[in-house]
Amino acid sequence: MAREYETVIGLEVHVELATKTKIFCGCSTEFGGEPNTHTCPVCTGMPGSLPVLNKQVVEYAMAVGLAANCQIHQKCKFDRKNYFYPDNPQNYQISQLYLPICYDGWVEIETEDGKKKVGIHEIHMEEDAGKLIHDDWEDCSLVDYNRSGVPLIEIVSEPDMRSAQEVIAYLDKLRTIIQYLGASDCKLQEGSMRADVNLSVREKGSDMFGTRTEMKNLNSFKAIARAIEGERERQIDLLEDGQAVVQETRRWDDNKECSYPMRSKEDAQDYRYFPDPDLVPVLISDEWIDDIKSRQPELRTEKLERYKKEFDIPQYDAEILTSSKKLADIFEASAAICKKPKKVSNWLMGEALRLLKEHNQEPEDLSFSPENLAKLIQLADGGTINNKVAKEVFEKIYSENIDPEQYVEEHGLKSVSDEGALRSVIEEIVAANPQSVEDYKGGKKKAIGFLVGQTMKAMKGKADPGAVNKILQEVLEK
Amino acid sequence: MDIQSLTAVRLGEKIKKKELSAVEAAQAAFAQIAACEKEYHCYVTVEEEKAMEQAEQVQKKIDGGELTGPLAGVPVAIKDNMCTKGTLTTCSSRILGNFVPTYTAEAVKCLEQAGAVILGKTNMDEFAMGSTTETSYYGVTRNPWNPQHVPGGSSGGSSAAVAAGECFYALGSDTGGSIRQPSSFCGVTGMKPTYGTISRYGLIAYGSSLDQIGPVAKDVADCAAILEVLAVHDPKDSTSVKREDTDFTSALTGDVKGMKVGIPRDYLGEGLDSQVKEAVLKAARSLESQGAQVEEFDLSLVEYAIPAYYVIASAEASSNLSRFDGIKYGYRTEDYEGLHNMYKKTRSEGFGEEVKRRIMLGSFVLSSGYYDAYYLKALRTKALIKQAFDKAFEKYDVILGPTAPSTAPKLGESLEDPLKMYLGDIYTVSVNLAGLPAMSVPYGIDSQGLPIGVQLIGDSFQEKKIFRAGYGLEQTREDQDRLAPVLRKEGR
Amino acid sequence: MANIISDETIEYVGILSKLELSDQEKEQAKKDMGRMLDYIDKLNELDTSQVEPMSHVFPVHNVFREDVVVNENRRDEILVNAPEQKDGQFQVPKTVE
Repeated sequence: MAREYETVIGLEVHVELATKTKIFCGCSTEFGGEPNTHTCPVCTGMPGSLPVLNKQVVEYAMAVGLAANCQIHQKCKFDRKNYFYPDNPQNYQISQLYLPICYDGWVEIETEDGKKKVGIHEIHMEEDAGKLIHDDWEDCSLVDYNRSGVPLIEIVSEPDMRSAQEVIAYLDKLRTIIQYLGASDCKLQEGSMRADVNLSVREKGSDMFGTRTEMKNLNSFKAIARAIEGERERQIDLLEDGQAVVQETRRWDDNKECSYPMRSKEDAQDYRYFPDPDLVPVLISDEWIDDIKSRQPELRTEKLERYKKEFDIPQYDAEILTSSKKLADIFEASAAICKKPKKVSNWLMGEALRLLKEHNQEPEDLSFSPENLAKLIQLADGGTINNKVAKEVFEKIYSENIDPEQYVEEHGLKSVSDEGALRSVIEEIVAANPQSVEDYKGGKKKAIGFLVGQTMKAMKGKADPGAVNKILQEVLEK
Repeated sequence: MDIQSLTAVRLGEKIKKKELSAVEAAQAAFAQIAACEKEYHCYVTVEEEKAMEQAEQVQKKIDGGELTGPLAGVPVAIKDNMCTKGTLTTCSSRILGNFVPTYTAEAVKCLEQAGAVILGKTNMDEFAMGSTTETSYYGVTRNPWNPQHVPGGSSGGSSAAVAAGECFYALGSDTGGSIRQPSSFCGVTGMKPTYGTISRYGLIAYGSSLDQIGPVAKDVADCAAILEVLAVHDPKDSTSVKREDTDFTSALTGDVKGMKVGIPRDYLGEGLDSQVKEAVLKAARSLESQGAQVEEFDLSLVEYAIPAYYVIASAEASSNLSRFDGIKYGYRTEDYEGLHNMYKKTRSEGFGEEVKRRIMLGSFVLSSGYYDAYYLKALRTKALIKQAFDKAFEKYDVILGPTAPSTAPKLGESLEDPLKMYLGDIYTVSVNLAGLPAMSVPYGIDSQGLPIGVQLIGDSFQEKKIFRAGYGLEQTREDQDRLAPVLRKEGR
Repeated sequence: MANIISDETIEYVGILSKLELSDQEKEQAKKDMGRMLDYIDKLNELDTSQVEPMSHVFPVHNVFREDVVVNENRRDEILVNAPEQKDGQFQVPKTVE
């Protein structure tokens, strides 16, 4: 390639807010649910229905904006975005164009190239659309309005990113901030966080922007990275070929690893935004802003530093524990109960993360109580159960949130360290395995491992390995 | 005594005194409907069975002391753009020809809670777009004063029904004059309250920032009593205003001494029929003789109200009517290929000409490149018009003028030239733009025997002043022609 | 100044409003819209530079709802008027992605 190209990327991120009800009506936002069971005349566009704004949506939007260093438009209003599509019951979406609630902010990201600020152009509130499924049997589509009216904030960045790494770092930063605020669980896979990528290329050194395309349907960080690489290549190929990049919206197909244009000529893309006459402006006072600021919980950066100091854990561990608010909350709560932060940290960074990966879940999905982890740690530390048993019990805590004390009782999992009981079993094992005894006495110290194993087997895994080892050695030395 | 000629309030009193029952009142209404409806066609849907059942229920509650208000047991007709649960609600359009809502408009609920008996749904211009009720998909309504003439619009069915005695009062809606103008054409009293006074929940929207529901009745006292029942804050409507001063009937004193009345000079110029002008001046003299101070003044901006109105109303309508797409309710075209074809055919077949015209205009004025020049310009004009009224009301208690430039035109004459038809709204639209209350009061008959209406406009939230002045006007009106011919009996 | 509405404009407006007009209707629509816009152009006579566009007549602000679930399952009610439905959902012609 003769020329060097720079990729210029901006992101439009949609986040579903964790309110109990929709933005303009009192329907539940609960995920799942049979189609159209969380609907009413307002969110299905029935004639004569009218919207009323959910206050919590405004507060979450403000909280996110303030945490992202934005200015707040102290008078903001809603506009209608007009377009026809079945997932849009009124054939207009209530959004904010002219006076979005937040503007002019930034977040700091860190990549292997160092730290950098990514500008946030604006954040606005809007309503989500319903879901369309394609029915292949009857060659038609089916519409479910459960999601219609779920509150969203759209975070529009400045075109400040230059690589897939920066984009991932930015998304991760946003996700952490928003999760920490409790404003959303930001699960890409579930669609509570969606990213559209605006990408253009230009020759390195130029300060003119190239024509950009918009890419949609990016459902994982990997897909985003692949889409960015793919689109960059595609645009460079066009330019190298003497062709122009067409400004269009493209849909990324992660299976085929390519994109194709989305809009048809039936869609004029002229949204005719105008202020929604059914909604009144939102006036945000200084007092309200101060109130939101004061309620801002400790964000990730602060928590990370605090953990290092308070719990005396290394940077690496603190980073992992604070990477998810859920994880951090469980960590702190468990540590507060059992007073053994390092042990809690080990369990979370070890077994918990391993199980999350195995089940293809995210830390936000952890559903066990800190009390149960703390109890488990006390049981293991006190020698009541051995480590192998502890790991098994932890898996139960992870999946069913069982009370470990109860579980150990019910299943008779207590470690046997009673000398007398152990000694008699060991003597039996020794008597039953003369070859191993000979090997051991003959100098193969490792042969004891087999005997320990046999003992553990006979004890159904409930012996304390340290005690078994000690007694075995004594018996063998006899 | 002819029951049908009773006002709503008088009927309510008689029911309270047990001189009449709710059932008898409903029967009287249905008898009149049976006699006249074929000719006048005021209704799209008549719900005789439901209404009679409701009348019985209401009477039981009256007997049991549960319903004690002034309108308990009084039968009412509802304009067909207000949702009524279980009853067809069509907006006089083909596209809602089969729509039976599962919820009732808040305003109608208020009436039901006050003991109203719903007789049926009245005819209107399709989606409230029109001034003659001729754009209805279900046929025209005829003026009970002269069936060759229109009743006005868009609440033509409601006004005609009141005039013909086919109900005791009715609800209409007013976006640019749609209650006041047909009331003046039909010789009845109709008013539009301050924007935000009556909940719009369940009113199928045309121009959301302009729409208001209002009463159509035989006299001012009725309108005041009905408004008292309807002026309730509704948390389901973000534009609903909490009002403290809703005891409107207290304004029916008949005392207009000292009231300052202004007549806009710009209203009395060219284009106003001389007999209507005469009626306005007569009304002015009547108020003067009762102690009010009347004078002419320059309102200004009058000729800009209509273009501003049509830009704003069409723009909002183009968006409000997008929901009618054949997917969730209403008409869907039979043969189509693909989604967009289904949309286009459904809407093109389901909407009438005038509706399509306004949707297209509205889409145009909002479209990219034109939004500033048309829509924002209209909103600025709206602000100036409000300022002009604010200035006027610093000086005057009420503004008096004509409701319409003429009396009711003949059927079939108005739709040829839409622009000309729009110009008939000249005295009414600015009131909606400024969100003000206004009332049309019958004041005289012209040489053709058609009623003339005069309009009283008040400052925002000043309905009481309008009622005061209107009531005063009524007292001095020559009453022999107060009722439509259909209700007049020999030797009354 | 006369506003001449072109065929393209009418077609464009038709796409925006999802209306399809016959040739005859198109001609009439061009005329009607032209006349309306001529009339609306009257607004240009007004000096509106000193005033902000006014969306809402009254200074009503901050009308909110509390974040409490009030609606239960109303599916039957919501679907009862659907022209076509299947499996508890509204059925529409296939949408192209």
